[in-house]
Amino acid sequence: MIFPVNAALERYRERMDSLEPEEMVINLGPQHPSTHGVLRLELITDGEIVKEVIPHMGYLHRCFEKHAESMNYGKTIPFTDRMDYLASMNNSHGFVMGVERMLGLDQKIPKRIEYIRVLVCELNRIASHLIAIGTYGIDIGAFTPFMWCFRDREHIMNMLEWASGSRMLYNYIWIGGLFYDLPIGFEDRCGEFITYFKPKLKELEALLTKNQIFISRTANIGVLPADVAINYGCSGPMLRASGIKWDLRRVDNYSVYPEIEFDIPTGKGEMGHIGDCWDRYKVRADEVAESVRIIEQCLTKLTHEHKRTPEFDPRALVPKKVNLKAQDYYVRAENPKGELGFYFITQEKSDIPKRVKSRGPSFNNLSVISELSKGVLISDLIAILGSIDIVLGEVDR
Amino acid sequence: MDKLTNNRLSEQLQARFAERIKNTSEPYGLYTIEVTKEDILEVLEYLKTDPQLQFNYLTDITAVHYPEQALSIAVVYHLHSLVNNLRIRIKVYIDGNYPAIPTATVLWNGANWMERETYDFFGVQFIGHPDLRRILNVDDMEAFPMRKEFPLEDPNRVDKKDYFFGR
Repeated sequence: MIFPVNAALERYRERMDSLEPEEMVINLGPQHPSTHGVLRLELITDGEIVKEVIPHMGYLHRCFEKHAESMNYGKTIPFTDRMDYLASMNNSHGFVMGVERMLGLDQKIPKRIEYIRVLVCELNRIASHLIAIGTYGIDIGAFTPFMWCFRDREHIMNMLEWASGSRMLYNYIWIGGLFYDLPIGFEDRCGEFITYFKPKLKELEALLTKNQIFISRTANIGVLPADVAINYGCSGPMLRASGIKWDLRRVDNYSVYPEIEFDIPTGKGEMGHIGDCWDRYKVRADEVAESVRIIEQCLTKLTHEHKRTPEFDPRALVPKKVNLKAQDYYVRAENPKGELGFYFITQEKSDIPKRVKSRGPSFNNLSVISELSKGVLISDLIAILGSIDIVLGEVDR
Repeated sequence: MDKLTNNRLSEQLQARFAERIKNTSEPYGLYTIEVTKEDILEVLEYLKTDPQLQFNYLTDITAVHYPEQALSIAVVYHLHSLVNNLRIRIKVYIDGNYPAIPTATVLWNGANWMERETYDFFGVQFIGHPDLRRILNVDDMEAFPMRKEFPLEDPNRVDKKDYFFGR
């Protein structure tokens, strides 16, 4: 094993030791609220202008991949919840889909289970986007949207807590089924929430989308052209805001999404250029409305075609032991943040994988920050960082 | 132009690279090839720039450690063609004692952090990478923790005995 002197580390230290007289290093984070977690950005500034951004991650690294190599597939699901902790349902849905596909279970899952999964995933997507929008508002000085978004998100948290037993880290979607069926009355309460929530979306639009101060702070800031977005491997709302209609729910048609009608919002550059911070905000706001549509359709299905029956057992297909042959499989799902991928390498006759690699969308989305924030003002850097919408649990894994 | 399929992709790659591409397979419809580290950059560049293939989206770079093999580290690339909606997986087996492979940052900027992560956890040297520092672990760490010989927990710890946890 070789341990060469790390030349890049030396170069980095050299750069930090030999600053020009007008340059100043500012540490942004890791404990600043506008970095959305424990991200540390080292800024080399010239007055108010950011000359260079050097991100430092890893403060929240919890060795997901190493842990996943030491335990069986079912035990790994709670760990996936803790990656993107704002959208735990979506994470475990992605992981579970991969294992089910390798087991050959994916076609046998009852429709009711699939609809419940999509329902809770979309609820979680709304919750995640509400946080993105609310904290984005507070990042650039609008306090009210933050309070309103958190108020509405709390309803979703309460509902999911009712279904799964915990507020944020659910462990609700299991391999081959669900932890429990939805509690009795969930569909009604969810319907009530949707009726309550729809006017709130309009309020939010009046408050933020058309707000002149908000537009001045976000339009034409941090423009990300489509080719740069692809080059950096951005996905999810980042890629869609740059004008590319790319949503894995439609591209891969997984779960019951082919049976559900929804549109894919893209950035149109209404207030400035395509792919600016305002577009990224707008794509998220539109996606919330689309998720509401999906939830409505799921609720109709769950109360009519795939009704609750006494003999319905959501754990009927849960395997006692996951027995796989040696194979490679890469599964991907559309998370609120982008493409979440799990790359499995399984071992023969073992329920412990040889390797699980998780591709966190926030990780790749964040890597574009150095490119986006060359020569911007420090206050604009906050606007850009907020519009990327990262979750450090997923960047660091 | 008809839709690009795995068959046409494999034909095109065979015509261009012939026997330099080995062990092709198609697990779950995802075309997988193996190349050597001398050829990897050429293959990636061809896949990215060929007007018919256009694998322009680098999904992921990662590595796998197989301690029992002679070439014990596999670097795995996942590419995606946004135009054709087709994916490909490329594996490169390299020597685990002196893991070195050319960098893909010349083709994709996004490879920068992915390769840093791979270096961080497996010690793979990406030759020509502009900033190959550790990314998630601390800078002065000496081990590469995703290698199989690295234990999950420090075996010398005294505060985490099994009987504390009823095991």
